[in-house]
Amino acid sequence: MTTRFKAPVIPAFALPPLVAWLGARLPQWPHSVNLVLALNAARKLGVLPEETLQELEGRQFRVTVLDTGMVVDFAYRQGAFRPVFISVGTPDLHFTARLSAFLQMVSRQEDPDTLFFNRTLTVEGDTELGLRVKNMLDALEWPRLSWQGMRPTFLKS
Amino acid sequence: MVAKPQLVCPAGSLAALKAAVDNGADDVYLGFRNDTNARNFAGLNFDDKSLAEGIRYAHQRKRRVLAAINTYAQAGRFADWTRSVDTAAALGIDAVIIADPAVLDYAAQKHPAMRRHLSVQASATSYEAINFCREKFGIQRAVLPRVLTLAQVENVIRNTEVEIEVFGFGSLCVMNEGRCWLSSYATGESPNTVGACSPAKYVQWEKKPNEMDVRLNGILIDRYRNDENAGYPTICKGRFEVAGETYYAMEEPASLNVLEMLPEIIKIGVAAIKVEGRQRSPTYVAQVTRNLRQALDAVIAAPDKYSVKPAWAAELGKVSEGSQITLGAYNRPWR
Repeated sequence: MTTRFKAPVIPAFALPPLVAWLGARLPQWPHSVNLVLALNAARKLGVLPEETLQELEGRQFRVTVLDTGMVVDFAYRQGAFRPVFISVGTPDLHFTARLSAFLQMVSRQEDPDTLFFNRTLTVEGDTELGLRVKNMLDALEWPRLSWQGMRPTFLKS
Repeated sequence: MVAKPQLVCPAGSLAALKAAVDNGADDVYLGFRNDTNARNFAGLNFDDKSLAEGIRYAHQRKRRVLAAINTYAQAGRFADWTRSVDTAAALGIDAVIIADPAVLDYAAQKHPAMRRHLSVQASATSYEAINFCREKFGIQRAVLPRVLTLAQVENVIRNTEVEIEVFGFGSLCVMNEGRCWLSSYATGESPNTVGACSPAKYVQWEKKPNEMDVRLNGILIDRYRNDENAGYPTICKGRFEVAGETYYAMEEPASLNVLEMLPEIIKIGVAAIKVEGRQRSPTYVAQVTRNLRQALDAVIAAPDKYSVKPAWAAELGKVSEGSQITLGAYNRPWR
C-alpha cells in the first residue's frame, strides 16, 4: 500500500520586516527570470492548457510578495512567458500576498477565494483575466506522489 | 434508523471532481464549458474529454455524475441546449439538472431513461410546482431554492413522490433564486441568460491605501476597509445608502451552513444534500466534502448523540464567504 504524499502544513506566517526591507533593495530581475523559466517548463510539459494560454497572449502580469519585498514582472508574448525587466504602466493582472499565502495556495492547502475573502490575497487589474488564471491553476492536476518515493534513499528502511 | 441522504458536491474542473470523489461525495455535479450552465466562467467547467474522464473516475468508485444544464435556452439557440443534453446522454451521465421546461421536455422525449432533476434555477418552491414537473417531464428529483423554512421543506416532502434535494453548504443568493434580475439590472447579463451572475468582465476591484472598492459595470457595490472581509461582487451583497444610512440593504455576504441542524434535515426525509461552489477550487471542494461527509456519517450512526465537532465548524467557517455562516431560511421566524 502506498501512503499518499502529504505536504507539511504551512502556517500563515509573516517574515520579519527586515526581509522585505532588504528584498525590495535587491535586483528583482533574477526572480522574474526564475519564475518565467518555471512557467515555460510547465508550458512545454503540457501542464498548462493551450486554450487558456492563448487567452494570455500580450498580457502583462505582476506578482508581489509582501514580506520578501519581491516584485516579479512578466508577460506572455508570442506563445511564451517572458520576463519584463523595465515595467512600463500598470500590469493587466497583479497578485499581492505574503509568502505563506502563496505557498498555501500552490500546495492546495488553502482555497484562493478563501484567501481573497479574508483579504490575505489581493487581485487587481482585469478581473476576467484573473478568474481565467485562477481557474487554470485550480484545474491543474499535480501528480500523486508516494511519500516513500519522496524520501531520500538513506531514510528508506 | 434514518434514511441516508446523498452528498452532492460541486466540480468546476477534473481536479475538483476527483477531490469530491476522494473525500466522500456520493454525487458530483458539473457543467459544460458554455452558457448552458449557471457557472459559465472563464477557464471553468468541462469539455467532452475531461467529462468522459470524470465520469470514468466516478463510476469506477461507484459514485454518480450529474450535469447541470440549468440556464434558460435563448431565442434562436435552442440547439445549444439540446446538444448539451445529447452529449450528457452519450457520455453516460447519471442525471441532468435542468430548469427550462422546454429543455426538460426535450430530455424527457429524447432520453427518457436518463434521470432528470429540477434545478434550483427553476425556482419551484411548492409541491404543486414540483408535481407538475413530475407529471409533465418525469422529474425524479427537485432541488429546492434556499428560501423555505425547515417546516416548509417538510411539507413539500410529505406531498410529493419526487426526491427532494436541499442545500447544505455554500454561498447564498438573495432569496429569489432563479428569478433574480439584479445582475441584469447592472450589466444586462444574468445567470439565467448567460450563465453568470456579475460576469467578471464587468467587475472592477480597486485597491486604495486604506480600503478596496468593488464596482459592477461602474456601480459601486461595496467599499471594504482593510480589516473587513470581502464577498462576491454581487449587487445583493452590496452596501448601499438607503435613507441616509449605508448598510447591507439586501443581505450580508455569508455562507449557508446546516451542520447545526443536520439531524433535523435528515429526519424529515431529504434525499440529497447539496454543496454550492462549482466556481471554487479543488481545495475548497475537498475541505467541505470531507467535513460534511464526517458529519453526515455521524448523524446516520447515532442521531441522538450528534454534535457539531469544533474542527468541522472551524474549517467550514474559514472557507465561507465573508468568513460568516448562517442557517439561512431554514430557521427564519417569519413566513
